Amino acid sequence: MTSIAQAPSLKSQAPFDVAKIRADFPILSEIVHGKPLVYLDSANTSQKPLSVIKATDDYYRHANANIHRATHLLSERATALYEGARAKAAKFLNAAETQTIVLTKGTTDGINLVAQSYGRSVLKPGDEIVLSWLEHHSNIVPWQLIAEQTGATIKVVSINDRGELDLDDYARLLSSRTKIVAVGHVSNALGTINPIKSMIAQAHAAGAVVLVDGAQAAPHLVIDVRDLDCDFYVLSSHKMFGPTGTGVLYGRRQLLDAMPPYQGGGDMISNVTFEKTLYNQLPYKFEAGTPNIAGVAGFGAAIDYLTSIDRQAALAHEDDVLDYATKQVREIAGVRIIGEARHKTGVLSFLIEGVHPHDAGTILDQQGIAVRTGQHCAQPVMDKFCIPATIRASLAIYNTREDIDSLVGGLLKVKEVFA
Amino acid sequence: MNELNDLYQEVILDHNRRPHNFRVIDNANAKQEGYNPLCGDRLTLYLKLDGDVINDVAFQGTGCAISKASASLMTDALKGKTVKEARDLFEQFHGMITSTPGTPVDDLGKLSVFAGVREFPTRIKCASLAWHTMKAAVAHEGDAPVSTE
Repeated sequence: MTSIAQAPSLKSQAPFDVAKIRADFPILSEIVHGKPLVYLDSANTSQKPLSVIKATDDYYRHANANIHRATHLLSERATALYEGARAKAAKFLNAAETQTIVLTKGTTDGINLVAQSYGRSVLKPGDEIVLSWLEHHSNIVPWQLIAEQTGATIKVVSINDRGELDLDDYARLLSSRTKIVAVGHVSNALGTINPIKSMIAQAHAAGAVVLVDGAQAAPHLVIDVRDLDCDFYVLSSHKMFGPTGTGVLYGRRQLLDAMPPYQGGGDMISNVTFEKTLYNQLPYKFEAGTPNIAGVAGFGAAIDYLTSIDRQAALAHEDDVLDYATKQVREIAGVRIIGEARHKTGVLSFLIEGVHPHDAGTILDQQGIAVRTGQHCAQPVMDKFCIPATIRASLAIYNTREDIDSLVGGLLKVKEVFA
Repeated sequence: MNELNDLYQEVILDHNRRPHNFRVIDNANAKQEGYNPLCGDRLTLYLKLDGDVINDVAFQGTGCAISKASASLMTDALKGKTVKEARDLFEQFHGMITSTPGTPVDDLGKLSVFAGVREFPTRIKCASLAWHTMKAAVAHEGDAPVSTE
């Protein structure tokens, strides 16, 4: 009986139990090339806990049916899973209304939706879209497309040698011509955490709306769209321990209400005739066609998983592993760390003198160590640092100091091959 | 680590450190850019053709050890060959690096060091970048003259 009474205080005071977390992720026991897997590529995609795997499996076993359409029990179950995940996402982001949560295919889909629907409605020749040098290609190319279609132009906030946004440059770029600011919460290539709350306030003062690309922030940081006061926030399920192919667009209600549909099809209409079609209400207006229901069921389980752990303790653990990684990797002769922002999370990007990142990636893989090597879909960042690519070790809640020791051992082997 | 030793043989590491024919040919009559957008490997290939014969061939660029060594060894191998011989060698080389591991391969002389690449499917594109670039550079060379008959 006492255990029940003590449970809440125990939870908040207990140190972060990474062994327990690791046990939730079956793939972490995998053997690759005869070695235990050391997974340091979570910024690319995260691994999935058993509860997420089970949720998608359960959906197909016990609830597989189309949503919102049929009168039978399976459809009711599927709809409940789907709408349940939407409600969980609203809570996860602290959105005021569940209807402001649009379920998408992922971050890229969400950005394209806002660019094509909102962007096309408001942008005129001479208007400006402000992006940054840190952006992922998916927060660049959709804006280039809409700029080309509307005659708007793109302005880019520069970065300093540490890989932080130049906020003076940002202030200079904002003007009455600025209609949209699209900026990442956390850089996928360097791990920089951008000061988006103050950037949003500045953009609003200039009369612009702000889209935040939260793909890399969601697995690490607590997100509160009302506190940030952002207009749009997009994220992907697969970066935050959920399945691929689904994600969220949060939008301010007045903006979403005024925006035209992005794609036409089933579920997004309320009445269809050849004379005139009436669109469905929010959020269904933006959800044409049968969605990835199994993925969304898994996404709901992923949000449950994240909200069941102590996020502050998890972040403190991740910061400890990142600090340790930065210190240990820096000590290897010939290593150059790319991106040393004062506020970082989850990413260590670096180069080894005389070794191309791809060669390092192959040699690390042979030792069971999974990292990403290349441009990380962020070619402008690479160009800014005048480098062709980096080795990127990226972290999640399940990584440990032992993983970093394996990485360091692996990098020494890389140096041995290229000695 | 046997596969790793197959991939990073001493010959490959040497050519990565000191690539042969790593220069510009000023009076090249064929020049071609090769680029792998996924990994950022980039090279420029220069060819000096005398009729149908490759008199000189050189390259410049950035890339991993496999792509750089492959370009280096390819340029060594192509000198003095006809365009048709170069295309045939492309086919043989491509066949070798995409063949099933463990199966016998043709003896391609020094180029045989790249047989180890077949154990590493993600690296085939690195070994073949220079060769695809060469194939594009000579795309219109050596074709039969256009006939009006």
